[in-house]
Amino acid sequence: MLNFLVTFIPRAIMQGIPLLYGSTGEILTEKSGNLNLGIPGIMYMGAIGSVIGAFYYETFTPKGQMNAFLGVLIPLACCLLFSFLTGLLYCFLTVSLRANQNVTGLAITTFGVGFGNFFGGSLIKLSNAEVPAIVLGGTSGYIKTALPFANKLGWFGQVFLSYGFLAYLAIVIAILASYVLKRTRVGLHLRAVGESPATADAAGINVVKYKYIATCIGSMIAGLGGLYYVLDYSNGIWSHNAFGDRGWLAIALVIFTIWRPSVSVLASILFGGLYILYLYIPTGTEMAIKEIYKMFPYVITLLVLIIVSLRKKREDQPPMSLGLPYFREER
Amino acid sequence: MKSKKALFHIVKRDTLPWYKSWMIRGAAILLALVMCSLVTVMVTGLNPLDLYKTMFYGAFGTERKTWVLFQKLAILLGISLAVTPAFKMRFWNIGAEGQVMAGGLACAAIMITLGNKVSSNGLMILMMVVASIVAGAVWGFLPAFFKAHWNTNETLFTLMMNYIAIQLAAYFIIIWEVPKGSGKIGMINQNTRMGWLPYLGGKQYAIIIIVIAILTVLLHIYLKYSKHGYEIAVVGESERTARYAGIKVEWVIIRTMILSGALCGFMGMLLVGGTDHTLSTDIVGGRGFTAVMVSWLAKFNPIVMVLTSFLLVFMQLGAKEVATNFYLNESFSEILTGIILFFIIGCEFFITYKLQFSKSGKEA
Amino acid sequence: MEAVKNAIKMEGITKRFGSVVANNAINLELHEGEILSLLGENGSGKTTLMNMLSGIYYPDEGQIYIHDKPVTIASPKDAFDNGIGMIHQHFKLVDVFTATENIILGLNEDGKMNLKEAGRKIKEISQKYGFDIDPDQKIYNMSVSQKQTVEIVKVLYRGADILILDEPTAVLTPQETDRLFAVMRNMQKDGKSLIIITHKLHEVLDVSDRVAILRKGEYIGDVLTKDADQQSLTDMMVGRSVSLNINRPAPVDPKPRLEVKGLTVYDELGVKRLNNINFTAYSGEILGIAGVAGSGQRELLEAISGLYPIAEGSVIYHNPKSGKTENLAGKDPLEIQRAGISMAFVPEDRLGMGLVGSMGMTGNMMLRSWRKKKGIFVDKKEPERVANEVWKELEVVTPSIDFPVRRMSGGNVQKVLVGREIAQDPAVLMTAYAVRGLDINTSYTIYNLLTSEKMKGVAVVYVGEDLDVLLELCDRLLVLCGGQVSGVVDARTTDKRQVGVLMTRVGGKGDEK
Repeated sequence: MLNFLVTFIPRAIMQGIPLLYGSTGEILTEKSGNLNLGIPGIMYMGAIGSVIGAFYYETFTPKGQMNAFLGVLIPLACCLLFSFLTGLLYCFLTVSLRANQNVTGLAITTFGVGFGNFFGGSLIKLSNAEVPAIVLGGTSGYIKTALPFANKLGWFGQVFLSYGFLAYLAIVIAILASYVLKRTRVGLHLRAVGESPATADAAGINVVKYKYIATCIGSMIAGLGGLYYVLDYSNGIWSHNAFGDRGWLAIALVIFTIWRPSVSVLASILFGGLYILYLYIPTGTEMAIKEIYKMFPYVITLLVLIIVSLRKKREDQPPMSLGLPYFREER
Repeated sequence: MKSKKALFHIVKRDTLPWYKSWMIRGAAILLALVMCSLVTVMVTGLNPLDLYKTMFYGAFGTERKTWVLFQKLAILLGISLAVTPAFKMRFWNIGAEGQVMAGGLACAAIMITLGNKVSSNGLMILMMVVASIVAGAVWGFLPAFFKAHWNTNETLFTLMMNYIAIQLAAYFIIIWEVPKGSGKIGMINQNTRMGWLPYLGGKQYAIIIIVIAILTVLLHIYLKYSKHGYEIAVVGESERTARYAGIKVEWVIIRTMILSGALCGFMGMLLVGGTDHTLSTDIVGGRGFTAVMVSWLAKFNPIVMVLTSFLLVFMQLGAKEVATNFYLNESFSEILTGIILFFIIGCEFFITYKLQFSKSGKEA
Repeated sequence: MEAVKNAIKMEGITKRFGSVVANNAINLELHEGEILSLLGENGSGKTTLMNMLSGIYYPDEGQIYIHDKPVTIASPKDAFDNGIGMIHQHFKLVDVFTATENIILGLNEDGKMNLKEAGRKIKEISQKYGFDIDPDQKIYNMSVSQKQTVEIVKVLYRGADILILDEPTAVLTPQETDRLFAVMRNMQKDGKSLIIITHKLHEVLDVSDRVAILRKGEYIGDVLTKDADQQSLTDMMVGRSVSLNINRPAPVDPKPRLEVKGLTVYDELGVKRLNNINFTAYSGEILGIAGVAGSGQRELLEAISGLYPIAEGSVIYHNPKSGKTENLAGKDPLEIQRAGISMAFVPEDRLGMGLVGSMGMTGNMMLRSWRKKKGIFVDKKEPERVANEVWKELEVVTPSIDFPVRRMSGGNVQKVLVGREIAQDPAVLMTAYAVRGLDINTSYTIYNLLTSEKMKGVAVVYVGEDLDVLLELCDRLLVLCGGQVSGVVDARTTDKRQVGVLMTRVGGKGDEK
């Protein structure tokens, strides 16, 4: 049993980290009243951004001259830039041009997923590089670097210390986001914007600024989830559509945690575990049951959504202005 | 004391004749096409004229391609039609993906389990239609029921329902897989062709195109001339007005979502019984989401939806052709689709509002 | 005699909205350390004037002085900086936040957010002035008066020394009102200057030092409270009767049509909105309903038409054709329709309740008739005919009968609504503020329509705010105050003063001290 847990938990955590990034980013965004259904696309943008950065750095740097610091920084910066720009586009359309949030979000997802898969599939051809496939082993090596003594600490090291720095960063960001939302003035103002933009506006809070900043930062955090998936979890190998529906799972996680990033730290591991549980269940000849396990995260989330709306507890409801555009009444 | 004066402010337009608003939309599409060709030229180095030639070839180049275009157009249009009644009511159903899947799954279930037991293809198809409509309706009913009674957020609800349907389909695909271990069902009833929609005049897709054409007209009539359509329009505009007029708002929400779901389920039947003759988890392929945009961009008008879905399908097939010619990834079409969508979404602002630039000179 | 220092001085303030002059060259002073009542009927421009102090509106002409210094107030922030805090009628609070979180919202104090420290300061302020407030209580758990307290503390927390309260007592019970007044006096003792907007005379006499009166956008004058009484204030507020020359024929053959007995309703928060209302509306007459805004007019009409839940009492309808009676209480609009009762209702919120803004005249005519035709389709012919008729007869200005009504001007919107309601040949016609915001000509069109309906034998119920109109248009007046009937008077024999007094007396009993 212990053996099982020692192998299962790290896998669950690694599955959960991209979801944690995605849900933390989406929570910040939704707290500003923006229901960004473009998150799946933005995570693809972040992933492909980092891949493009790493690819060019690895391909065009002579063997053996790669610098670990640059090797991490370049993909990271590209990832943040790509996801930031996509978040900015979402804000421009929904906040400044007052477009419908659902439609804009879905368009962003269409675009982002397409963009990711296109460049993931065509990067080699476009750059005329002489490599057979995108395998960013070098970069992935840097990013995956775990503490050197982790594997000397037995099961403890394997369960808690065996991950690349991005896994810990995800947890730090989630806890930090929780802290900012709950304990700081900025968090208070942000929550006010999402609950009642008119009230926030009357209190002298710049609603548009808060929406832009929260959504763009949220997008960048979500983008990191994409980076983690490709460069850490997948060892730097891009395969078509491998990221799959994890972006939607991140949105499910937002509801499941009732908009709490700190809860998301554990919940993402739970979701990650459920996502791969089928690999560990002795099914015998009944292979199909695996697919039912994969349904669990969604069913549980749906139940949470229903229970929350039945209980009508005000703190647990989605931000009041979620999905609605705000503009001050013209005088 | 200083007060900053904004450079311009946004004013709602009071009237814009319909031709002007369509001119703005037309201009946006034109701009989007220019943008698309810029991107394509950058990626492929093709000159823009050749580019559009290639795209046109991809869409209409051969008889086969043309049939595929119309088939894809019909399916996307059909799903868009299906989601429209709910949207007109301002019920944000983004669960078409799952509702179509539920319908397709039910249809496949009938085809597989009863394929050897029923001898009449007509009866078979009738059962497929009924089963898929019921399955889609259930998928539509659940979020509506909770929305009407407890105001459960329908966007998030329908989103979750998508993946429940997809995983359910994945489960049954493994149960029904042929051969075992392949993870695929393969052609259902390949030898008997039980449950395959008839090939009219030898053309596989003719029946689908005809059915959707009829559906377009019917839905247009339903929304515009029926009592239900009127109720939907009033509820969408203002629930208070609806109650004032004696409309039972909860019931209208539930009924309309059952209709939306049922139509989606029916589309699933067309996909399984009409085009694919098999079931896979990506049989809907994101078209449930694209349909949301098609319907919204057409301002929920079924006739205009023919145009918006044509535009998107044309771009898709065209981009695919370009991608194949240049050994690029076929996801290229999604990038172009995205660009077009951004422009059309953005241009709505200029139809509803105008910018008024402040006169120079400062007021106190 | 000690020289009076002005906390606020407004000089020649004029504000126009389009062609309507809301405030015309108003001069107003607020002395330091006094409580000033700003008195006036609905639409007299009180709130507009005060909104220019709180930075919501910017005056077209005139100058504002704060503590004798000329200032420009262009935004709510400017108002704060000048120590002005306004408590609006509609609270601006975030429901899921605590009192403290709402109070410090938008402030940028130095250092990190410290809710405990803020809570302590709030407690301090509360003790100083005698508020009862729990800093950690969530807004959604609060009563209306508690929410109001939060709004007041919010203003004090920001260091305001001039407070403006816009009809603060409209939402309070008498006990809560007393408590509020005690707090106001405490603030006065502390050197703060206060303005209270109200139209309840006994409150004016109760709490203020001085009264300033506005009427139809003009400044009428001021009077020290100790020199005023209810009668003199009423006279200043309503002014002399103006003859409007509305044609008022005698009622024809009045018979009971609608009998309201013991009607009591509660809103969703459990507050009693109507208390034991009794009256009868007769066929062939116009029954006017007078009262200050929010006295229960909306609830009364909505309860009768099946849109507001009735807790107790009955609404008896006398069918003129069959002679039978029917109780409408507990029926929804559809059931009322199905019972064959033709009830017309012109609600206050024209586009939000009475009409569908995005539809044209035809679509809106259908709102009453769409169910009539058998089968699944709606009949467009009949509504089109009605639309054309209304278009022609009421001279609605619109390019076509399919032009969205939202884009029409207010007067035309109202013509469409009233035209539709009359077209259904009602037995009862209820209108709420039917001429609000309309120009003179359109108003007269509406008056004439109502009178011709009356002559057809319809029981017309007219909720209005302009006393002159009520007195000249209606046959009888029912006066509401605080959700109760404070009197029913004959509109031909009564006068403005008598109605004015009834409007401010709960239950019609004198409550002056």
